[in-house]
Order: sequence, then C-alpha cells, then structure tokens
Amino acid sequence: MNYQSYAPSTYEHDGKSAETRNLKPGELSTGTTIMAIPFEGGVVLGADSRVSTGTYVANRVSDKVAQLHDSIWCCRSGSAADTQALTDYVRHYLSQLAVETGRAPTVKVAAHLMRKLCYENKDNLMAGVIVGGWDPVEKGSVYNIPLGGSCIKMPFAIGGSGSTYIYGLVDSEFKEALSKDEALSLVKKSISHAMARDGSSGGIIRTVVVTESGNEREYVPGDQLPYGPAGW
Amino acid sequence: MSLSLASGGSTRAASSSVTAATERTRRPIVTGTSVLAIKYAGGVMMTADTLCSYGSMAKYKDARRLQSINPKTLIGGGGEYSDFQAITELLKRNALEDKCTADSLYDEDASEECAREVWNYLRAVMYNRRNKMNPLWNDVIVAGFSAQGEPFLGFVDKIGTTYEDNIVATGFGSYLALPILREKYREDLTEGEARALLEDCMRVLFYRDCRALNKIQIAKVTKEDGVLISEPYEIETDWTSASFVVPKGALDGDGGW
Repeated sequence: MNYQSYAPSTYEHDGKSAETRNLKPGELSTGTTIMAIPFEGGVVLGADSRVSTGTYVANRVSDKVAQLHDSIWCCRSGSAADTQALTDYVRHYLSQLAVETGRAPTVKVAAHLMRKLCYENKDNLMAGVIVGGWDPVEKGSVYNIPLGGSCIKMPFAIGGSGSTYIYGLVDSEFKEALSKDEALSLVKKSISHAMARDGSSGGIIRTVVVTESGNEREYVPGDQLPYGPAGW
Repeated sequence: MSLSLASGGSTRAASSSVTAATERTRRPIVTGTSVLAIKYAGGVMMTADTLCSYGSMAKYKDARRLQSINPKTLIGGGGEYSDFQAITELLKRNALEDKCTADSLYDEDASEECAREVWNYLRAVMYNRRNKMNPLWNDVIVAGFSAQGEPFLGFVDKIGTTYEDNIVATGFGSYLALPILREKYREDLTEGEARALLEDCMRVLFYRDCRALNKIQIAKVTKEDGVLISEPYEIETDWTSASFVVPKGALDGDGGW
C-alpha cells in the first residue's frame, strides 16, 4: 500500500513571528490583555501594562486605559501609535460634541465615533479597542471594537493577544448583575491569568471603576497579582 | 513513509516518491530563553529561568534548562527544548559509557570527561549538524573545570561557533545581562556575591524579555561538591516607583503611554 508523504511540501513558514507580522519594522505593539465588565451602577475597565517591540519590553508599566471623556474610558490594544492617535481624535471630537450639545456624550456615541474612525481607516490601522463607561441613558455599558471596525455592544468584553487564554475562565465566571467588588476582582483575576500565559502581556494591572459619581483608578503591582506569572 | 528512530530523522529522498531537496532547517517550536554563567572564587555559577515558550505562549513553566552531564560538568541551553533534551541525552550517554568501559574500571583517576572535553565534543556535534543544514537549534553553555583543574566556562551555538570566557550569556542575556556582569565581575567574587549578581540580571531579564519568567534555577560547579543545581524558586520584582504608579491615561494626560 502506498502512503502519501505527510511532509508539508507546500507550506513554508515565512519567518515572521505571530506578534509582529502585521506591524511595520520596529513598530511598537501593545501586545496586551484588556477587559471591561459592566456592573450594577457602572463599568470596570482593566488592562495589563506591557508594551513590546518584538520580544523586547519597551515599557513595562504603560497605561493602556485612556480617558475619552468624564465618564467614558477605553482600553487600547494593537499598535501603540495607532491607538494613541485614535484616542486623541475621539477625545477631541467628544469634547467638541459636549460643548455643542451642552451635556456629556453617551458611551454609545463615543463607541460609534471610535468605530467610524477604525472602519473608514481599516487598511491603515491595527487597533482593537474596548470602549466602556457610564451614562444616564444606559447606565454602565461596554462596546467591543475589534480589528476591521465592527462595533458590538457586549455584556462583557475581553481583547488583545492575552484574551485568548481567558475565554474559558471569563465565560465560566461571568454572571449578569455582578456587584462592583465582584466585577473588579474578576477583572484582576482574569488579567492575571492572561498575563501568566501570554508572552506579550505582563507587568502590572491598571483598572478604573466608572460610576455616576466619578472614576476610581487602581494599580496592582506585578508582585501582588491574584495569580502570579510563575504559576505552577 | 516510514518513521525513523535515527538521529536527525529519515532523509526526504527515502520517504517520498518525488526526489525532494536536501533537508532544510526547521524553525524552533518550544523555546527557552537566556542562560547566564559567571566564574567566581569557588568555581562556576550558572542560571536560567524555568520557562519554555510555545511561540508567544508561556506554556511550560517548570522546564529544567540546566542539566548535569557528569558530576563535574554542567550545561545550560536556550533555544529549541527538544534539541536541548537530545543534546543532554547524548552527552549523558557518553558520560555513562565512559564510566562503564573496561579502561575506566581499572583507571583510578576515572575517565570522566572534563568540561572542556564536553565543550569540544559538543562543538563537533553542532558543526556537523550545521553542515547537513539540519542544526540542533540551541545556544549551549558548558561549565565546570578543565583537566588542569581551572574553572572553565564555554559557549557553543547552533552553527558550532565556540568561545570561552569568564562570563557568558545566551539570547537576550547577551544584550541585557552581559554588560551588567562585565561591570561587576571580579576574580574573587564570593558565592553570595555571584548569586546576587546573577539574580539581579535575571530580574532585569524578567522585566525586559517577553519570553522570560520570574522563576529561576541557579547551579554551581565546585571542586569539592561537583555540580549542584537548585530547585526552581521565584525572584522578587519591584513595581513601586512613583512614576510607575501614577496613571497617565486621564484627560489631563497624553492618552496613556
């Protein structure tokens, strides 16, 4: 009986690594794990702090949770340059809108503005963003805007390269109507687990809890994570 | 197609009906990162973390990348872990045969290879594989004593390049740790100083290498005790600088860096 050779005669790896194949040479990537969970009365957003160029950690304490407006924040993943530019544009337009309408914009408006920028410029951008915040209409809400520029409202959102490792964890632990403390501890725990397995995520965890009354920022140092990177 | 137990696998020509080109190099799949080593007053000390990555995933967190070949020689390897295991197996088998040959039974001095001989032999192995365009994808550090009883530290890479020095490092360590080690090196480093120095370097590597872990092993080779390899342990890290804690993403900041 003749056996076909299983040697891959047509596949040849092009030598580019998974993290850097879509980046320009030397471009910085927020490898990343980002996450946002709404709860009764607001939203918790969280992110790791590693910015990498290839396998070198360019910044081990970066801040990937950016404020778009008083009660609207976003988590950035993908190219550091692209997401910073997007954040700047959206902040500018939102502040203009607030002046024109005389009230704070809703999270939905902010998310769709981000989506518009990401969609119309999809060929030139590599950015995965989670927009979350509090407004009087929807209370806490979270929108996921992945590569390509879709905009999807979600009960919770995870993103970035590290998120692949925690889909199972978050799917099993998430519940509707979490309390603030439960949501915050789930965010910290999940990001810790992602950081433990993803080489492009690491460092510290930065969180912000957005409610009607304001924003509370927290910082979890890299040696006090709920689940350390050393693992088992 | 038949499976082969031979080292280096079967040749393509034998297994496929179409005459294929000669074997080409493969890419590493499961990889270890830096290994560092330094000579000190009592002998040689080496360190490596216990992580083997699967691409960007930190998959195996208790991988042993420091191995003793015989009671007098220690090797540490970065790069493809399966190839490092093959090298360890090969060198250990040689060491065992040395012990069991008729000569060694009668030779009072015992014919255990010294580190320099292991290093040279490994060079030949690596260069030979390189010539067949099928390298063992590793950077290996060999530590121990030379036949004259001097501390020995040698480096072999995947194409058979070799050198020996008082301080050697592989991977990211050669960029980040070597300058630190060179600045602090003295011939009369005590064991405590050498260990603290190596731990500091592993801490820097954990901060700055995406493929590093904060769980490490330290090993030493001394005349009296031979090779001793520690159990893996976690090293401390510092994240408390004021500039780290301050968030930069708020509206009054620049959007977060």
